Parts: sequence; C-alpha cells; structure tokens
Amino acid sequence: MPQIVVENLSKSYRVSERAPGVWGATKGMFRRAARTVEALKAISFSLERGELLGFIGPNGAGKSTTLKILSGILEPDSGRCEVDGLTPSRDRIRHVARIGVVFGQRTQLWWDLPVVDGFDLLRDIYSVPETQYRRTKDAMVELMRLEPLLDQPVRQLSLGQRMRCEIAAAMLHRPSILFLDEPTIGLDAPSKLAVRAFVKSLNRDHGVTVILTTHDMHDIEALAERVIVIGNGIILADQSFESLRKEVLTERRLFVDFVGAAPALDFPGVAELHRDGNSLELSFDPSVVGAANLISWISAEYDLVDIHIQQPRIEEVIARFYNLHGAIEA
Amino acid sequence: MNSSRLYLRYVAASIRAQMQYPASFLMLSASQFIGTLIEFLGIWALFHRFGQVRGWTIGEIAVFYGVVHVSFAIADSISRGFDVFGPEFVKTGNFDRLLLRPRSTTLQLLGHELRLTRFGRLLQGVVVFAIGVRMVPIDWSIADVTLLLAAIAGGAALFVGIVILQATLAIWTVEGLEVANTLTYGGVQAAQYPLDIYERWFRDFLIFVVPIGCVAYLPVVKLLGRADSVGVPLWMLDVSPAFGLLFIAVSLCVWRLGVRHYMSTGS
Amino acid sequence: MIARVAPYLSVFRMRFLIMLQYRTAALAGFFTQCWWGIILVMVLAAFFHGARSHEPISFAQAVTYTWLGQAFLVLLPWTGDPDVGEMVRSGNVSYDRLRPLDTYFYWYVRAMAWMAARAVPRAALMFVTAGLIFPLIGLGAWRMRFPSSVAAGLLFTPALLSVVLLSSAMVMLINLTVVATVSDRGANTLATPIVIVLSGNLLPLPLFPDWMHRFLFLQPFAGLVDIPSRIYVGNLTGAVALAGLLQQVVWIGLLILLGHHLMLRAMRRLQVQGG
Repeated sequence: MPQIVVENLSKSYRVSERAPGVWGATKGMFRRAARTVEALKAISFSLERGELLGFIGPNGAGKSTTLKILSGILEPDSGRCEVDGLTPSRDRIRHVARIGVVFGQRTQLWWDLPVVDGFDLLRDIYSVPETQYRRTKDAMVELMRLEPLLDQPVRQLSLGQRMRCEIAAAMLHRPSILFLDEPTIGLDAPSKLAVRAFVKSLNRDHGVTVILTTHDMHDIEALAERVIVIGNGIILADQSFESLRKEVLTERRLFVDFVGAAPALDFPGVAELHRDGNSLELSFDPSVVGAANLISWISAEYDLVDIHIQQPRIEEVIARFYNLHGAIEA
Repeated sequence: MNSSRLYLRYVAASIRAQMQYPASFLMLSASQFIGTLIEFLGIWALFHRFGQVRGWTIGEIAVFYGVVHVSFAIADSISRGFDVFGPEFVKTGNFDRLLLRPRSTTLQLLGHELRLTRFGRLLQGVVVFAIGVRMVPIDWSIADVTLLLAAIAGGAALFVGIVILQATLAIWTVEGLEVANTLTYGGVQAAQYPLDIYERWFRDFLIFVVPIGCVAYLPVVKLLGRADSVGVPLWMLDVSPAFGLLFIAVSLCVWRLGVRHYMSTGS
Repeated sequence: MIARVAPYLSVFRMRFLIMLQYRTAALAGFFTQCWWGIILVMVLAAFFHGARSHEPISFAQAVTYTWLGQAFLVLLPWTGDPDVGEMVRSGNVSYDRLRPLDTYFYWYVRAMAWMAARAVPRAALMFVTAGLIFPLIGLGAWRMRFPSSVAAGLLFTPALLSVVLLSSAMVMLINLTVVATVSDRGANTLATPIVIVLSGNLLPLPLFPDWMHRFLFLQPFAGLVDIPSRIYVGNLTGAVALAGLLQQVVWIGLLILLGHHLMLRAMRRLQVQGG
C-alpha cells in the first residue's frame, strides 16, 4: 500500500493579463482579460514509505503546484491525491500534522527569537509530547551539529546555518514525510554537502519519506535514486536517475593532454569537442569503442601528459532531456 | 497544547522579540501616547472656546473618548497579524507556511504579534477616561462596571472584525484596500464624540451599518444616565456590546471563505 | 545666472514627471481623507451650533480651511524623501557628491518635485469633490468655497508656493537626520503630532485659546496650513495677510540656512568616513 498516491491530478490557474501602456492599465482597472494556464494535466505517480524521490523540471513545469497539492495548501481541480490515507486539502489540519516542509531560502522560525525558543514554540504548535520532543530535538541537534547555534537569534545566522536549523525544525514533530523545495539554493558548497548528508541520513537511517525538488542536479545525483521529470504539466519520466542518464546521454567524455600539439584524431565513435593548444576534449560512444580500448590506443599512438574520463555533466543530461521532450520554461 | 495556552505562548514569544529593541519600543510607545493625546488637545480647545457641544460637557466627552480609544488600542495591539496580512503573508507567500501548520489560521495570525507599542494609546485613553469620570457623576454599580467592560470588549471585537475583513480582502486584491483604515481610525474619530452631535444619517450609519455606535455610544449613554436622549429602547442599551461580538463572528465566517478561495486558486 | 539655475530646474522637472506617474498611489487614501474631512466638519458644525456671535474664525471659513488642509495634506513634512532613505540604506549617499551641484539644493529641489507632484492630483480631486460635488449631493453647507475675494485668491498663490518651499526645507532637515542616524526611522514618529497640531491640521489654529494665538502665529509650522488657508478664506486680509506671507518667508530662509549649514557638516563627515 503506497504511502502517497497521485492519480490523474489536474490543476489550472487563471492568470490575468494586462495590455501594456497607460491605456492598458486603464482598461485593466475595469475588466481583466484572463487566460487559463494548465499547470498539471492529469499526472499520476505513487510513492512507497521510505522512498527518496527527486522531482525535477524546468521553471513553471508544475513542480511547486504538485508540492502544494501534496502538502494540502492547494486544492486540485480534479483527480485523486492521498497521503497516508488522507486527502491533503480536505483534512488539512490532520494531514499537515504528519508532514514536514522546508522551503529553500526561507525560514519558518521566528526572526528575533533564539533558535531553541523557536523549536519550543513549534513543539507547542504541533502538540508534541515533552519526552518525545526532547529526544527528537536532541537527535536533530546532534545530527546537524546545531549545538552552538541554539541560543542565537535566527536573524544572526548565515543562510547555511539557517537551513540546517530549518530541516531540524521541520522534523521536530516526527513527520513521516518530508517535502523539500529547493533546499540547497543559495548555499555555499560545504553547506550544500551538509544538507545533502542530513537528508540522506534522515531517509536511510530514520526511514523518512522524502520528496525533493531542486534545480541543482548534484542534489539529485547525491540523493535520489528515483527521479520524476515534469514538464509543461505532464510527467516526462519516472525512473531511476541512472537509467535516465543512460537513456539520454550515452556518450562519455575523454580529456587528453598531449606532450606536443594536439593532433587530429580519427577513430570510429570518437568526435572532437574542443581543442586548446596541447589539450583535447573528446566525446566517444562506449557502445562503439570501449573506454579501455580507446585509452590504450591513444597512449600507444601518442606521447601523453595526462588523460581522464568523465561522465557528461548532469546539467547537460537534463538539458538534453528537456530538449528532447520539448519541455521549455513556461 | 490547547489553543488558549498556545496563544499565550505566542504572546510571550512576541513580547520577548519586541523587548530586543528596548529603545525603539520606548520611543514608539511615547510617540503613540503623545500622538493620540493631541487628539484630546483639539477637543479640549473646542470646549475651551465653545463651552459645550449640543448639551454635552467635556467630562462626558472624555468618557466616550476614553472608552473608544481603549477599545481600539486593545484591538490594534492584537490584530497586527491580520493588519499586515496582505504585504507580509499574501505577497510573500508566507501564508503557505501558516497553512502548513496544524492550527487554525486565525489563531496563528492573532499570535503573530502583540503590538506592545499600542500601549501608548491605551494609557492615553485610560488617562482621559479617568479625567472624565472625575468630572461627571456616575454611581458605579456592578451592573455599570459590567456594562463598561462589555462596551470595551465589544468595541475591541468590532475593530478586530474590521481588520479581519480587510485581511480577507487582501486575498482577492493582494493590495487590499484602504477602506478598512477609514472605518477603524475614522470610526475612532467619529465615536470619540457622542453620536447624536452628528446628522441623523451619519448616526444611523454608525449604529446599523458599522455598529461602532452600538458598542461605544449606546452603553456609555446608559452609563451617563442620558438614556432618554436616544430614540432606542432601553433594553437594547444593555445588550448593545453584543453587536460587536456578532460582527466579529460574521467577519470570521467571511475570513474562512477567503481562505478556502486562497486554497483553490493558489497564490 | 540662468545657466546656474538651469540644472536645478531640470532636476525638478524630471522628478516631478516621474512622480506624476504614480496615479494609483494618488488615489489611495483619498477616500480616507474625505471621510476624515467630513467628520472634522461635522464636529465643527456641532460646536458652532451653540456658538456666541463672534469667533476668531467663522464656521464657513473653518470648513473651507479644513478642506484646504486635506487637499494639501501631502505637502506637509511627514517623512524624509524616500530617495534619501534608499540612498542611506544602500550606502550610495556619496555618489550624489559626484554631481557638479550643491548637494543641499540638489536634494531640496528633488524634495520639492516629489511633494508637488504628489499634491497636484490629490488637491485637484479634493477641490472637485468638496467644492463641486458636495453641493450637488446635498452637503452644500460643508462645501469648500472659492477664495473669499480676488485679493485673497491672488495672495493665496505665493502663500501656497511658500508652503512647498517651507515644507521642503523641513523635509531636508528630516533627510539630514536620516543621513546622520543612518536609519530611515528618523525623527518621523515624534515629529508627526507636532506637525499636525501646530500646522492647523488638527484644528484651525484660530480656534485654540486666545492666549495661544501669538505663539501659534509665529511658530514655523503655521506657514504650512494655517497662514495660506486663512488668507484664502479671508480670515487674514490686508496688512496682516502680508505679515503672514512674510512670516513664511522668514522661516523658509532660516530653515534653509540651517539645513545648508548642517548639510556641509554632514558631507564633510561623510568624506572623512568614506560614505
């Protein structure tokens, strides 16, 4: 019995349009022209308890809409959405008591209060029993190393520190599901790594079901085995990330630094991407020529300083995927 | 934790947050105190020159004034969340966060902030009221005190109701409209005088449409023993503060409709 | 001389035109002002009802006085120029020093344009509403009247111009506190009640006790509402009216001198600290 079920979920918005200029503004005061935007067109998917799902897509694809419907703050137009047996928007209070939501770059804690005071207030809002609260709080504080931050007012924390507190805050009432909306946006590299590690631990060690939306593909790479790609309101892919990568981009990259000037290479399945003095960036298709064969051939033929292989960057994979399916930014 | 206790927790948190800026708090409270007191300065000047207004003396005006200002100060201080709902919750999308908590939106917005600086107006209202009752003979019976407290509570409820309606409007227009300010601040301006000094149509508007008259004017008229100058049955004078509660109940229904609308159209 | 004034004129024109675009903002608050004015007028009506024969200002004069106060409400020095607040917030104050203009007058002219442009649509609307529409809907007793005489109308124009000059000089002082305290809260909150009372916005100044009259006439805020309004309604005529105009000019001069001096000091401090 899956924990989250989404079936033929649809949602449209009415967006009012205004003609430009002064005349348009005057007209706009009396009658608003509106067009309908179909944000979600009958999407379906389901999620088992303890899964970690990455939800990706270009801007305006419908990610936020889906997340809002799943969290219960937006009503769908049609279709079925069930989380732990409840319909989110109908049983709002019961449903939100069981989920945690983290919005990137925003905090739900109180700006002028010390972090721990904000935690205590959340305990009261969620009616968490005292002993359970203390245990969860201590566990989160230890997991995310929040000890030195607890007595500081939230406004004094850096974004990275705030996000760590934010994730802890979302977990205080022991939700079984955690929604993360662009949690690493704007964070510096060490903070991103920290956030990814924590989310992974919450999922692996504590069994929390996680749905993560992000534009940072390294988040996906680090965390998600399963990925749903959404574009223009429909689901374009629902599979493991590795299989997605294999499907979209079969080629690999080879970087070679020659002793002398880089030569012109002619080899089946190999194409030159970029030439820079003594260096070459090549792309090759592993089904035509194996990596090992290619490397041994080049090193036999030429004098080399360095050689290494790379997967194509994830951004390329995803961009290529969006392209293939005509999923453009709305 | 039940809702009332949670509200008190919110209040404690809000006070702690405001106390982090003590200098700013003192300055704002002081300027509120002075800023509202000057209103009475204007009234005093008029009485100094004209002696009375349509049979009312300055002492009696002071009682009306005090009751209205105390009611409004209480309402103003607790309704901050609804007051800034448009710019701070709808425009920013922060309202979503409130919907993600397993509590009613009303409780959360009431708990958003308890504006302590409004104490300036409250204090000023109490001072003027005290001056008024010294000048005017009132036999304070238990019933009278109850009526006074009910008038203040009813008035506060009415003003909070107006702000709630304004917040609901912000869901539709995002910007909200200034109309509510005319009714709150304007209502205080109007009701600090006994309503019978105004034209009939205005008095009726303030009794039947926006019932500020019901919660400030009528009960105080009864207290001052002037019941016969008003064409309203006696029993209604005693019950009039209840109209404030009725008003806020209606406002909350409208609010709930607004929240449902928000949830079906997104932000 | 023209060449020296020209850049300031064009600065004025530019800000004025930009501010005129904010039409919706002009309408916001108009309804509130009408309501406010009506209540004030009704209260006055109630008090004047039991009045003895001779008061320092008649009911009709007081009513028009009140509407004038509402019409020109945005000309009062409530806050500092928001542009200055923005500059202080973003730390860009010293950039204005890069222009070949006297900083005080540069800001002064901008403040004038800011205020004047916001006042024009509101004043026009208020004149039409309280002057023309009220009589049509049966509120004729509370309408805004025309200037009491040709002379009154003629003297009102320089008085109104002086309001803009005077208020801008006061706004400049607020600007300077914003720069000095590096925050845009400034002296706003305490200044507002003082401005409201002493300008005549709360209550026409002649209605205050007689013993206050001399002080109220001489203080700087009188020139913001009281003096021009009384000239308009014919409460100040002849030599006294001219005295009122002079009072405005004197305060304008004093406040500009003070502001200019403080600006020099503030800028020098900025140069030392690094803007």
